[in-house]
Amino acid sequence: MPVDSLRRALVFALPAAALAQSDGVLELHVVARRFQFEPETLRVRAGVPVLLRLTSPEVPMGFNLPDFGVRTDIVPGKEAQLRFTPTRTGQFTFLCDVFCGNGHENMSGTLEVRS
Amino acid sequence: MAFLDRRQFLQLAAFGGAVFSSALPGAAHAAADDFYFVQLSDTHWGFEGPENPDARGTLPKAIAAVNALPEPPDFVIFTGDLTHTTEDGRERRKRMAEFQQQARALKVREVRYIPGEHDAALDQGKAYSEFFGPTHYVFDHRGVHFIVLDNVSDPAAKLGEEQLAWLQADLQAQPRDARIVVFAHRPLFDLYPQWDWATRDGAQAVELLQAHPNVVVFYGHIHQENHHMTGAIAHHSAKSLMFPLPAPGSQPKRTPVAWDPSQPYRGLGFREVEAEPAEARYVLSERPVTQG
Ligand SMILES: [Cu+2]
Repeated sequence: MPVDSLRRALVFALPAAALAQSDGVLELHVVARRFQFEPETLRVRAGVPVLLRLTSPEVPMGFNLPDFGVRTDIVPGKEAQLRFTPTRTGQFTFLCDVFCGNGHENMSGTLEVRS
Repeated sequence: MAFLDRRQFLQLAAFGGAVFSSALPGAAHAAADDFYFVQLSDTHWGFEGPENPDARGTLPKAIAAVNALPEPPDFVIFTGDLTHTTEDGRERRKRMAEFQQQARALKVREVRYIPGEHDAALDQGKAYSEFFGPTHYVFDHRGVHFIVLDNVSDPAAKLGEEQLAWLQADLQAQPRDARIVVFAHRPLFDLYPQWDWATRDGAQAVELLQAHPNVVVFYGHIHQENHHMTGAIAHHSAKSLMFPLPAPGSQPKRTPVAWDPSQPYRGLGFREVEAEPAEARYVLSERPVTQG
């Protein structure tokens, strides 16, 4: 199995609850690569603060979660961080909002907020 | 063109689709000539895929349709995504050269261009400028002041401080009741931010434009018609000449609408805009791409 898909499989296998959780803050790692976020679905709980640690291995990307008014640029070689507390439950779209090539249009994911 | 001729023509020619008129309030203006121009958009030259099996044939058909209009338009404007993006700078330039070659077949006095993110975002407009000149500019035509904005050369969909200051200075030099038409690629308002159908600092541009009561915006990017008002400003998006996109939020991803062999070219088209500067009125007639 190539390293890349092995790593990808690992990321997908990790349930949100197994990720580092300290001081009541849920830390999630997200990799933005052309043309997909990994993982593509983020599962969080309403009222629990979230810390997103975002990296891009290739080119500049954006992470935008319009429903909660949060966004950041992701510059290769530098971790970007986003903190927010989801207040509503439901499914919300996040997307890359920095044009990164053919396929950019479909670079989006889902934030699932449960109570 | 005489007012009545054009009117009668529009009535006769309305088979092509809905005729949409956006009339703006405003006092009677010094008499100015009526005229019309054609907007073509999102030609994505270089695209290949099942979404348009006639990818290389659609633009020539549209150009032939424009050339066949009973009276030539005053000018034609392409509102961005002239080419489909590629990371290869040489291939990008090849697509631009081919596109330019195609556009030369238009039998009109003037053809104008604006960039889309596919043309300009990966190299901040460098290749585009080599072929088509500045990415934002103004021109005047028969009593209407036209402003071309660039909200695509910045890959993060911003106009930027510099361009906003330039816009402000240009608007301040115009009389308050000037007839102003803005061309942009992306919508200047938040049409559907979940699909990035917005301009990050577009609200600042709209605010500057609000100072003038007679402003209309024409744009592309979303590959379908959309008509929206922000205050007194009407915003009209145009169809694509490569593939249509779904209605905002109608499906999870922004994947193009599939080609329907039983209705080829469905959802593709271009538009004529008749400007009546004296009344600050713009009559749109949408035209399909037809086979043949
Ligand atoms: Cu396009």
